[in-house]
Amino acid sequence: MKRDLDRRGFLKIAGASMGVGALYTAWPGLGSAEGGEVARRLGLSNGEKPTPFTFAQLSDAHVGFDGPIGTSALEKAVENINGMPQTPDLVLFTGDLTHDTEKPGEHAARMNLFKDISGRLKVAKVYHVPGEHDAGLDGGELFRNVFGPTYYSFDHRGVHFVALDNVSRARPEVGTEQRAWLAKDLARFPKTAPLVVFTHRPLFDLRPDWEWFTSDGDEVMNLLAPYENVTVLYGHIHREDHHAIGHSQHYAARSLSFAFPDPDKVEEKKPIPFDKDQPFKNLGLRVVSQTPGRAAGVDSVTVKEVELAMNEYSGTEGFNQLLKPATF
Amino acid sequence: MARNGIFHVAGGALAVVAGLLATSSPRARAEEGPRVIVITAKRFEFSPKEITLKKGETVRLQLKSEDVTHGFFLRPLGIDTDIPAGQTAEVTVTPQEVGRYRAICDHFCGAGHGGMKMTIVVEEATGSAGGK
Repeated sequence: MKRDLDRRGFLKIAGASMGVGALYTAWPGLGSAEGGEVARRLGLSNGEKPTPFTFAQLSDAHVGFDGPIGTSALEKAVENINGMPQTPDLVLFTGDLTHDTEKPGEHAARMNLFKDISGRLKVAKVYHVPGEHDAGLDGGELFRNVFGPTYYSFDHRGVHFVALDNVSRARPEVGTEQRAWLAKDLARFPKTAPLVVFTHRPLFDLRPDWEWFTSDGDEVMNLLAPYENVTVLYGHIHREDHHAIGHSQHYAARSLSFAFPDPDKVEEKKPIPFDKDQPFKNLGLRVVSQTPGRAAGVDSVTVKEVELAMNEYSGTEGFNQLLKPATF
Repeated sequence: MARNGIFHVAGGALAVVAGLLATSSPRARAEEGPRVIVITAKRFEFSPKEITLKKGETVRLQLKSEDVTHGFFLRPLGIDTDIPAGQTAEVTVTPQEVGRYRAICDHFCGAGHGGMKMTIVVEEATGSAGGK
């Protein structure tokens, strides 16, 4: 199923013929003089002109997890991205790159295997945040050794990306130090700046008794609340989800390992049983892109979830936070 | 580290205390303070797996880790605390809503962490109370 959403503004989510994850295309500065000014300022900060671009989100590969598909979904995701007609500028991994183990040396081996496979991506930049299975037992030490800081930010073609770590403190929280950093990081931006936050756990109470929450998520969202164009991408829940908080839109990606059921329909958090006839069922990749609208200030937005098993689009909600017109 | 509610580290064989309080009269219980229920945590389970509380009754939960640091989280009852490795944390609760709630470990403790949970049942004040 495919939904085409007419949205105003900035980021368009569109499908591509992929096998895994999520692909996004941004069109910074679209729709108004103010929006153009925001994009111009952001572009000046890193020397890049604000121009349309595409990025992808992958999540929850759980390399090392004792499941029937091993790393094949991750490998398929890499192949699909590399085979896209338009290569994404960025790939964002939203945590649980690996499955934890306490066997000496094994977790590092899993992290390196993940790095080897994801290293085949033919994209310019790949960014990661840890999941609790990557960083919950060692406070993120292994992750930092392999990938660097667990939280950071960067600008790309007029969009400000923020990587948040809500796992390394072992419990689901961002913590005071990182929240202070976030407040400082955001301070230089006007309220209309397009922001993409990517993290592992949901920043809201999706299902707290399944540990689908971040304990100080409200405080994080209070910092983001003044900003009008906020997209939060996350993983952890191994299924699609869309949730709106004020101006912000929150989207969960499918996993590359196993799927969880709809928390509104079942009481127990147990993976959806493996179907040997459809080994990649419920696993997938979100493909998101944006192209300029035909009418001034109006973009058509399409979001297409790709299920690995079907290699066709299944339905999802779309981004719209970056699609808002600038409203200084 | 305390995160929410009342917390302190206290060792000792609290299960004995809980057993005595569970059989004492309401008057004696009031004089002795809140009922105490001991819950042990070890990877990747809580014991007992279910306890029953009375609506409006103040209860002290003694949370004892037998191995690593665990968490004990139950938002509807306002419980959110760590249980330091090998130590005991205490949380005092007075449930106000009848229901069946799931408490989870929210301090990542290993590969089976995601399934570490127990049930807290809150009943109307009439009838007997106690752990199962």
